[in-house]
Amino acid sequence: MKIIVCAKQVPDSAARVTVENGQVTWHDAPLVINPWDEYAVEAALVQKESQGGDVIAISIGSESAKEALKHALAMGCSEAVLVSDPALNAFDHQFTARILAAAIQKIGEADLVVMGRQAIDDDMGITTAQVARLLGWPALTLISLISSIDPIARKIQVERATEEGRQVVESPLPAVISVVKDIGEPRYPSFMGIRKAQKALIPTWSLADLGLTPEEPVVTWLEALNPTQRKVINEMITGSSLQEIAERLVDKILAEGAL
Amino acid sequence: MNGAMNLPNKIWIFIDHFQARALPASWETLGAAKFLANALNSSITALVFGAQVDELVQEAFAYGADEVLLADDPVLADYRPEPYAALFSRLAREACPEVILFPTTTRGRELAAMSAVDLKTGVLPDANSLEVQGNQVVVIRPLYAGKVFSRLVCKSRPQIITVGRRAFAPPDFDKSRSGTPRRIDAGILESDISTKVIRLIPAESSASLVDAAVIVSGGRGISNNPRLTPPPGLDEKGAEIWRAQQGFQMLAGLAQVLNGAVGASRAAVDGGYIPYPHQVGQTGKIVSPDLYIACGISGAIQHQAGMRNSKMIIAINQDPEAPIFKLARFGVVGDLYQVVPTLTEAFRKKLGK
Repeated sequence: MKIIVCAKQVPDSAARVTVENGQVTWHDAPLVINPWDEYAVEAALVQKESQGGDVIAISIGSESAKEALKHALAMGCSEAVLVSDPALNAFDHQFTARILAAAIQKIGEADLVVMGRQAIDDDMGITTAQVARLLGWPALTLISLISSIDPIARKIQVERATEEGRQVVESPLPAVISVVKDIGEPRYPSFMGIRKAQKALIPTWSLADLGLTPEEPVVTWLEALNPTQRKVINEMITGSSLQEIAERLVDKILAEGAL
Repeated sequence: MNGAMNLPNKIWIFIDHFQARALPASWETLGAAKFLANALNSSITALVFGAQVDELVQEAFAYGADEVLLADDPVLADYRPEPYAALFSRLAREACPEVILFPTTTRGRELAAMSAVDLKTGVLPDANSLEVQGNQVVVIRPLYAGKVFSRLVCKSRPQIITVGRRAFAPPDFDKSRSGTPRRIDAGILESDISTKVIRLIPAESSASLVDAAVIVSGGRGISNNPRLTPPPGLDEKGAEIWRAQQGFQMLAGLAQVLNGAVGASRAAVDGGYIPYPHQVGQTGKIVSPDLYIACGISGAIQHQAGMRNSKMIIAINQDPEAPIFKLARFGVVGDLYQVVPTLTEAFRKKLGK
C-alpha cells in the first residue's frame, strides 16, 4: 500500500486568536500539525502496519511547515514532502486542491490519500472533496472507521459519520478519504521516531516542479473581523433554597424570551 | 402559482434531504435565498434530487421556491457525491446561475466543494451572514471556530456558498403556494457509479446538536457525584464513567423538558463519558442555540469557541471563578447534581409538562 497523508500547520487549538490592525494574529501561540491531520496520520499508519507499504506526508507552506511534517515522520511516516514557493503568498482553496492533486500525481501510484476532516484555522472542510474531484477518484469524507481494505481487489469499505448515522460505503481504490475523531486516538511520537524525524531530509517542491503556475485567487478577503463584542450582563442567581434559585432562574430565562 | 416567474433565475438552492425528509438547514437556506432574491431582483430555483421525492417539491414551493428542478430516479436513491455533483454541475453549466446556495450539511458541503471544481469557481462555506454589493455577494464566515470572522467574496461565477446552520430563519410555510416541477432526466446509470452504499447504521440520538434551539451540556464536573454508589465490580475508571453517564442521563432529562439536545465538553468526551458526536467546541461541533446551559463546564477557550454565539448562556458550576461565568447571562454557583434536578422540575411546572 502506498498511502499519502496531507497535513497542514496551524496555530494550536488553545491559541487566543484576534484581529489586530486588520490582520489575524494568534499572538505567541505555537504552530502545530493540524489536530485533525494527526488522526489522518494515525489512520494511515494503522493501515500501513496491517498491509505493509509506505506512508508519505505532504504539506503546503513556508519552511516552518516542515515542523508539522516532522511530527508526522516522528509518528511513523516513511517520507515527507513540502510544497513551498515564493509565489504562494495569497492563494485560495481551489489552488490548494490543485497543488495537492498535482503533488499526489507526482508522487504517483497512491492507493489511498488520507486527510483530516478540516483544518482548525480556516475550518473550510472542502479540500478532500475537491482533491478527489480533480483526481477523478471517489471521495469518502468524514470516515469514522475503515472496515476493510483489499489492496489486491482494490477495494475499501468504510463507515461515514453522517447526520442520520453511520453510512457503510464500499468504493474502489484509489480513493481520497477524510477522517473524524472516532477513527482512533493519534499515537505519541516515540523517542526513536523523534530522533529519526530530526535527521530526515524533507525535499521541497516548487510550483514549477508540479507543472503549475501561480493563479490569481478567485476567493478574496475583504477584511478580517473580531467577533462583535456582545455585552453580556452577568447575573448570579442566589436564593435561600435550591427551589427558590431554580424558580428564579426559570422566570428570568422566560422573561428574556430565550425559549 | 407565483408572481416572480418573470424575473431571471439567478439564485439556485440545493434541497438536502434524507429519504424525502428535508434537513431543517435546507429551509433555512431557502430563507437566505429569499434575502438574496430581494436584493438581486431574482427568482429562486430549488433543486431536488432523489427517488420518490415528490412531496419535497411541494414543500419547496410552499417555502418560497419559484421554480423546482426535479431529478427523480432510482439511481439517486442512495446519496453519493460523484453522481450528484456531476448532475448538479451539468444543470448549472446549462443555466448559469449567479449564486448557488447549499445548506451546510455533510452532503451540502461536499457537493458545494465538488461543483466548484467542476464549474471552475470558488466556494464559500459556513456563511453566518450575507451582504449584497451590486451583483456581488459578500459572505461573513467564522474562522478558528468563531474566534474571528472574515468577509469574503468570490470573483468568479457562479458564487457557491454554503449557509451556516441556524444563520437564517426558514421562510413562512405558505400552503397556498404550489407548482409543477421541471423534471430532469438524471442520465446516470448505476453501472457508471463506482461507490456503493451498503447500509445505514442509524444514529442513537435523533436530536441534532447543530439544529437544536436548546442545548444542555456537561463537562468534566459531571463525574464528581460522591453520593452515587457505582455497581460492584467496576474499577476506578469504570466507576468514574458510570457516575458521568448517570449525570448525562440527568442532563438528558432537562434537555427533554426543553425539547433540546445534549452536548458535552471535550474533557467529557475524552473521559469516555459520552460519544464524540456530542462534543461542542473547536474540534467538535460549532453550535448557536437560543439557550445553552453549561453544567460543570469550566469554559476552556476551545469550548467557548464552539458555543459563544449562543443567544443566551446559563452556567452552573461549583467553582465561582470558572471562566464560563464571564459568558453567562445567568449563573448559579452550586452542585449541579442538586441544581439540575430542581431546575428540571421548575421548568416542568412552568411549561406545564
